[in-house]
Amino acid sequence: MSTVQAHGVAGHHADAHDHHGPEKGWRRWVFATNHKDIGTMYLLFSLAMFFIGGLMALIVRAELFQPGLQLVDPYFFNTMTTMHALVMIFGAVMPAFVGLANWMIPLQIGAPDMALPRMNNFSFWILPFAFTLLLSTLFFESGGPAGGWTMYPPLALQMGETFPMTIFAIHLMGASSIMGAINVIVTVMNMRAPGMSLLKMPVFVWGWLITAYLLIAVMPVLAGAVTMLLTDYYFGTSFFQAAGGGDPVMYQHIFWFFGHPEVYIMILPAFGVVSEIIPTFSRKRLFGYDTMVYAIAAIAFLSFIVWAHHMFTVGMPLAGQMFFMLSTMLIAVPTGVKIFNWTATMFKGSLTFEPPMLFAIAFLFMFTIGGFSGLMLAIVPADFQYHDSYFVVAHFHYVLVPGAVFAIMAAVYYWLPKWTGHMYNMKLAKLHFWLSTIFVNLLFFPQHFLGLAGMPRRIPDYSTQFADWNLVSSIGAFGFGFAQLLFAYIVWQSIRGGAKATDKVWDGGAPQGLEWTLSSPPPYHSFEVAPEVK
Amino acid sequence: MSTHKAANRSLTLRLCLFSAGFFGFGFALVPLYNVLCDVTGYGDRSKLRTAAEVVEAPVSDRLITVEMVSSVPAVGDWEFRPLDPTVEVRPGKLHEARFVAKNLRSQPTVAQAIPSIAPQQATRYFQKTECFCFTPQPFEAHESREFVVRFIVDPRLPYNMDRLTLAYTMYEAPDKVALAQ
Repeated sequence: MSTVQAHGVAGHHADAHDHHGPEKGWRRWVFATNHKDIGTMYLLFSLAMFFIGGLMALIVRAELFQPGLQLVDPYFFNTMTTMHALVMIFGAVMPAFVGLANWMIPLQIGAPDMALPRMNNFSFWILPFAFTLLLSTLFFESGGPAGGWTMYPPLALQMGETFPMTIFAIHLMGASSIMGAINVIVTVMNMRAPGMSLLKMPVFVWGWLITAYLLIAVMPVLAGAVTMLLTDYYFGTSFFQAAGGGDPVMYQHIFWFFGHPEVYIMILPAFGVVSEIIPTFSRKRLFGYDTMVYAIAAIAFLSFIVWAHHMFTVGMPLAGQMFFMLSTMLIAVPTGVKIFNWTATMFKGSLTFEPPMLFAIAFLFMFTIGGFSGLMLAIVPADFQYHDSYFVVAHFHYVLVPGAVFAIMAAVYYWLPKWTGHMYNMKLAKLHFWLSTIFVNLLFFPQHFLGLAGMPRRIPDYSTQFADWNLVSSIGAFGFGFAQLLFAYIVWQSIRGGAKATDKVWDGGAPQGLEWTLSSPPPYHSFEVAPEVK
Repeated sequence: MSTHKAANRSLTLRLCLFSAGFFGFGFALVPLYNVLCDVTGYGDRSKLRTAAEVVEAPVSDRLITVEMVSSVPAVGDWEFRPLDPTVEVRPGKLHEARFVAKNLRSQPTVAQAIPSIAPQQATRYFQKTECFCFTPQPFEAHESREFVVRFIVDPRLPYNMDRLTLAYTMYEAPDKVALAQ
């Protein structure tokens, strides 16, 4: 993004007369084709799922508050860990990023809307149905899915009537993601304003473009894997049934061929968000724009060839272990490039610490902690020790919560005034930041210790030597969970009213990008006439 | 935006084909996995279930312990156990082990035993000349039968291995057996 300047920005209030505004009432939402409306729906849906998934996590942490079985029976505990993962991954994090893509990509590349608005509507409205299917299994007599979100056979093949419901819910979520991704690619490839060459695009758009390619490559593989489970269950095939000559380990290979790129699907857009925010509040250009883009592409490529590091303990040839260990460690190189570039962007910058910047800096610190524990897990002999322990839980929660989720919150705090036209309560937002940061570390940091000491994951009870850190972790969980109510309140307040936001919103900072040339909130139909980018 | 329409449509179509291709790729991983298993000898199920053409080699003086493990899945009503839980084996020499299986139900059925060797690296050195796991085994109601497996441990077995586990799972699978063959 060397020189992005908008000239002759049309689509302001002046030409409102050629266009009807939003439809009235429910039709606006059910028949929505406007990227802003659909983006809003995605974000609100994701917030709702964040709270539902969070409630499940709190049930898990409440049970783990002290040793012994107190609150829930072990089957329900397993259901909660399984559902928490499915809801948070497919319901909270992924839709939140799709919502941000819907809102911001057209605004950042100077397009009037997403390229395929009706498909956009379809891909959103599939989600409520998918999650109704999934969550309804909680009320079945057999209970919800409890075999872990990875659905490894043969355990997954022993589920009751929840099995087909879970599989179909995953099929629907996959279809939704694929359609969302196709929409992003077509929009970015075909709808950019004149002069907006690929290497002038904001890094957020780059992050999303590459994520979208990952999505259309691996979501179909997941669909294939769960379809094989389905045919094993109902049609007597033996893809994974040892009795018929199949191999359950093969499922793990196919699943993680999806699963590892999925990890980057949840973090590359976050990289994009942070790359937008840090320059704004450092009042400098992003350091090393080109290397940032190449690093994202390199990470995306590497994500396809490292999957077996999730399953070192199933047994594989030494050469395989070496390959997957070293290729996994190689990911630290492009990721390191990004971390250093963000740091270099801040270096000698004129920093201020508005809420989005606080979240972005916290992301930088804590995502790096998650990255380091990932490197530890990549070492094969060490992994044999850490595998399926709380150390793994601590690792992926560090990259997902203070990583992906903090980046989403940073993005919301960064663009919320642009969306609603109102500034939000900065004091409350900072309070939300500090509560979240303190409690999230209280929640997940002790889990490193528990894991290294040998506490296994996915078990509702534990040996008494783990009692102290579990207590601390549970206190952190409840603190973090309740702090998020503050987040919902701040967003709600900003939607309802508040100080008027200027077009540039962050007048003291140096925000780059076309979205800041529009009014706050932007007109319902923006960039009807494409801006020119030099 | 009519200028974009044709371009959008063709790109959308190509991306849909790309997705469909990867759906197919997911299934293509199945034969690919089997090829990799053959090449590396890991989890090589076909080799585990075919008779090896070997003769007794010069017997080495190493002594290897082979543990016999049997299990039955949650479904089905079986009794299945080895007669001797461990066998002391000299590489190169033909040994045999016996298992007993009993159909506890009052209907005839067909069973299929699925073998597995641990550590997996030893699979290629564990050669069975005769095994009840090569074919499906029919059972009468309440019938109890004794099975034999004859095997030779290849003297090239790496020196860091002195204890192997031969595990069988007995599946009751009349309809699966045809697929397995």
